[in-house]
Amino acid sequence: MKKQYFINANIIDPYNSINEVGGLIIGEEGKIEAVGKKVNTNNLPTREKPIDLKGKYIFPGLVDMRVFVGEPGYEYKENFKTLSNAALSGGVTSVVTMPNTDPIIDNVSIVDFLKRRGRDKSKINIFPCASLTKNIEGTNMTEFGLLQKKGIIAFTDGVKTIQNPRLMSRIMNSAKDLGCLIMQHAEDYELAKNGMINSGIIASKLGLSGIPEIAERILIERDLTLLEKVKCRYHISQLSSQKSIDVIKQRKEVVKFTSGVSINNLSLNENDIGDFRTFLKLSPPLRREEDREALVQGLKDELIDVIVSDHKPEDEESKRLTFSQAATGASGIETLLSLSLELYHNGSLKLETIVKALTSNPAKILKINKGNLSIGNDADLCIVDIDKPWIVKKEKLVSKSKNTSIEDKKLQGKVTNTFVKGKELFKI
Amino acid sequence: MAIKTDKAIKISQKHLLGIQDLSINDVNLILDEAQSFIKLNQSKNKKIDTLRGKTQINLFFEPSTRTQSSFELAGKRLGADVMSMNMANSAIKKGETLIDTAMTLNAMHPDIIVVRHQDSGACNLLSQKVNCSVLNAGDGRREHPTQALLDALTIINRKKKIEGLKIAICGDILHSRVARSNIYLLNMLGAEVNIVAPTNLMPKEIEKFGVNTFTDMNKGLKDCDIVMMLRLQNERMTSSYLSSNREYYEYYGLTPDKLEHAKSDALIMHPGPMNRGIEIDTILADDINKSVIKEQVELGVAVRMACLKMFCI
Repeated sequence: MKKQYFINANIIDPYNSINEVGGLIIGEEGKIEAVGKKVNTNNLPTREKPIDLKGKYIFPGLVDMRVFVGEPGYEYKENFKTLSNAALSGGVTSVVTMPNTDPIIDNVSIVDFLKRRGRDKSKINIFPCASLTKNIEGTNMTEFGLLQKKGIIAFTDGVKTIQNPRLMSRIMNSAKDLGCLIMQHAEDYELAKNGMINSGIIASKLGLSGIPEIAERILIERDLTLLEKVKCRYHISQLSSQKSIDVIKQRKEVVKFTSGVSINNLSLNENDIGDFRTFLKLSPPLRREEDREALVQGLKDELIDVIVSDHKPEDEESKRLTFSQAATGASGIETLLSLSLELYHNGSLKLETIVKALTSNPAKILKINKGNLSIGNDADLCIVDIDKPWIVKKEKLVSKSKNTSIEDKKLQGKVTNTFVKGKELFKI
Repeated sequence: MAIKTDKAIKISQKHLLGIQDLSINDVNLILDEAQSFIKLNQSKNKKIDTLRGKTQINLFFEPSTRTQSSFELAGKRLGADVMSMNMANSAIKKGETLIDTAMTLNAMHPDIIVVRHQDSGACNLLSQKVNCSVLNAGDGRREHPTQALLDALTIINRKKKIEGLKIAICGDILHSRVARSNIYLLNMLGAEVNIVAPTNLMPKEIEKFGVNTFTDMNKGLKDCDIVMMLRLQNERMTSSYLSSNREYYEYYGLTPDKLEHAKSDALIMHPGPMNRGIEIDTILADDINKSVIKEQVELGVAVRMACLKMFCI
């Protein structure tokens, strides 16, 4: 690989506290050789032709902590190849995949298959999760230790929740013993039963059963109470309401845990559902505008650590149904960064906060050496034209499934180039 | 004299999906048209040829007696060719989706499709995929527009107006599309609406619909002109909402002593089918001086004729 030189970029690398105009050198091995303001034309050998980025931004490659890939079992929705192409077009270079496949990722033999497929078909870094319980049935624990040895990064039942408090406390004990990260999708099933959207006026108007915010809060309160006794690595996958933020704020002083939020909940509210738009049937559901604002504030106050795409590809047939029959989830990995930048452009968040929540924070929680531009590290990064206007068009999406929650939305900011291990794998 | 020429004479919508989509002018057009059909339905020769050559398909995914027969009769009396499909035996059972069923039927060039479906929003989805008009005959908990229109017609015929009336809607509001359509329509026509239900059967934030809410039936019925009872929809209740039918009757069943709180000339309505002895005292239900339940059924045919005519042509 030839050495690559970039100059005149705005470099943001929260892990190394870099936020400056400068350059970056990718070495022959695909590692980062130098980064920052000292990389400029004065310091470069004259025989090299540096690429002048003219003020574009360089971010570490994004680390998306919540991604559903259809492999195995749902290849018609998304496979590793289509997922990695979609990810690259959005500047994402590392993903944490959910175990909700068919079969469920719950035993050692399937992990081998997964790793092989990930290695052969994917161009990005795949960090697979296994389920917390066998067949995500919520009754028996999976082999955390053995699975972790095989390369499982974290444990979660993905779209499901551990309802049984006794099981949850035992899971926490094991996770503590083995040093595993567990991630909970917080929702009390009884309170959320048959629910499809946020409980409230919109649900009453549309005649749909609601999911009250309390279904999330009560689960979080339970888990954080259990966590007081057992200090394990615990992460709340997605928060969706103001009240949940209140709880987190209180508990942060007592116990150590981390939390995430979906870009959907940060950018949209329940009014966007309009006339039964099934692409906005999400879990957790979109809630009130006050909730959305509280989530943005939660990021600002560093109560929430990461932003995830909650990328859940669903084919047309699963969405062209009545609202109650339609599948839950939206495709979102390729719009994750652009949609996040909306929060910067409208003055809600600092650019650095957004980049941190998309790179170094998830990497830190996962304990992986990604999401940074440290010298000697794999050159996983993206170049972003932060002002470039574009419109989200379903047919232009790279992902195999087109169920975007933001069809026709005008966005500002787009990834123009993505590098993994120094190789340019995406270019506009 | 009011100048009528500035009023639109055509309905503003292609489909009748819900009262929410209608303007007050649309409502008045339908109600005026329905008035003219009441006489026709009472005469000896009930058939006219307004919809001759038109095809009406009734697509009922949920069992229904009165609404389905009412729509069928309405179409036939207007001279349309009416086909009622029993969806329990249809391709839906073989795994066909609602959209595919709609596309198949659409290929047969119907002029109007009347739909009842257990899922809220089903008619909206269907209407996006077919070329003809879609009439909502009840979708999930969302809307049942023709029921609200026939209720309004019944009230107008008895009380000569709706504006200024105080109307109580009582019972299982949570699961009721009739309640939602009625709230929209009665509000639009200027009535004051009281909602009476135990909290477990009250939709969230219902007060934002512009209604007064009561959990005490006696208070909710106070000085009301109309008492509209709803059926307790046990088939939609997936978990415990109520302790027992007898306790429900004690607190929310319409009995003569509770009715005392309403105006002395208050009328009782019910969209049917009734659970006698659960939400309504059986003697009250049959009291011809107070109950207009049979009239509702009668006017239902007239209202549906009006809707078919207005949305078909």
